[in-house]
Amino acid sequence: MIDISLGHYLFLAAVIFTIGVIGIFLNRKNLIVLLMSVELILISANINLVAFSVYLQDITGQVFTMFVLTVAAGEAAIGLAILVVFFRNKGSIHVEDINTLKG
Amino acid sequence: MLAHALVFYFFSFVTVASSLAVISARNTVHAVFFLILDFVSISCLFIMMGAEYLGMLTLIVYVGAVAVLFLFVVMMLNVNFKELRAGFLSYLPFGSLIGIVLLIEICLMVTTWKYKDSFIKTSEIKINSNLSNTEAIGNVLYTDYLHYFQISGLILLVAMIGAILLTFRRKDNLKRQDITKQISRERNESVSLEDVESFKGIKLND
Repeated sequence: MIDISLGHYLFLAAVIFTIGVIGIFLNRKNLIVLLMSVELILISANINLVAFSVYLQDITGQVFTMFVLTVAAGEAAIGLAILVVFFRNKGSIHVEDINTLKG
Repeated sequence: MLAHALVFYFFSFVTVASSLAVISARNTVHAVFFLILDFVSISCLFIMMGAEYLGMLTLIVYVGAVAVLFLFVVMMLNVNFKELRAGFLSYLPFGSLIGIVLLIEICLMVTTWKYKDSFIKTSEIKINSNLSNTEAIGNVLYTDYLHYFQISGLILLVAMIGAILLTFRRKDNLKRQDITKQISRERNESVSLEDVESFKGIKLND
């Protein structure tokens, strides 16, 4: 318990990942909280990468964390832009209404 | 060693508690604030692990950009978030079941998987004092991962262009300057000489 090892960080990342997945299940109607749950899942992957990078003394994991960060930022920007456009057209952000977007 | 463990448990507790608050907050603005707390404590964990550059980067990118973007959107949209929470409880048993099974699976994998002998404990990690974390990342990022770095820049560019293109609205009632039209005007189509008779006036066709 006192010695913080790799397993502790992996366990923490697993807990955050699970919370993100549960968040996707619970907030089926609120698209913003859905996107925030995706961010939680991505950052749990980041914790795993950084923990492995530090414990294996290999900097590559941290480089790839940067790329994950880039993709997360782009995904948030695009997702929220789609959300704003959808809200303009429909006046709501109900996930159930989104199937009207198809062709 | 004890202080290291205490700090780890403190930050992980804050992280897990605020993640739970993110997915269960009644008010979406509160959820975004809890998301910011989550990111801050995770970046503290990164710094604790010795990845201080990524800790700072997480602060800048997640807290400074992503969370603030979420906050803007939540405050900009005039949505009744109360009705969006409908069905929260009906999904709770199913969601928790899948979540708990997932957690058990991951924990089984983490605990039963055999680590390599070369793995060391956090408190024994020797941070190379003559090469900072930032310097070490920079040494690799701009040499071995140069193409990945440029592609990630391209991803950001595409995301930026896409976000602008999606939210851009051309207003029809707005008068815009058309430079091509301005400089291609000829004299004979804009100026004309008219003979005006005395005390008659003239009717211009405009």
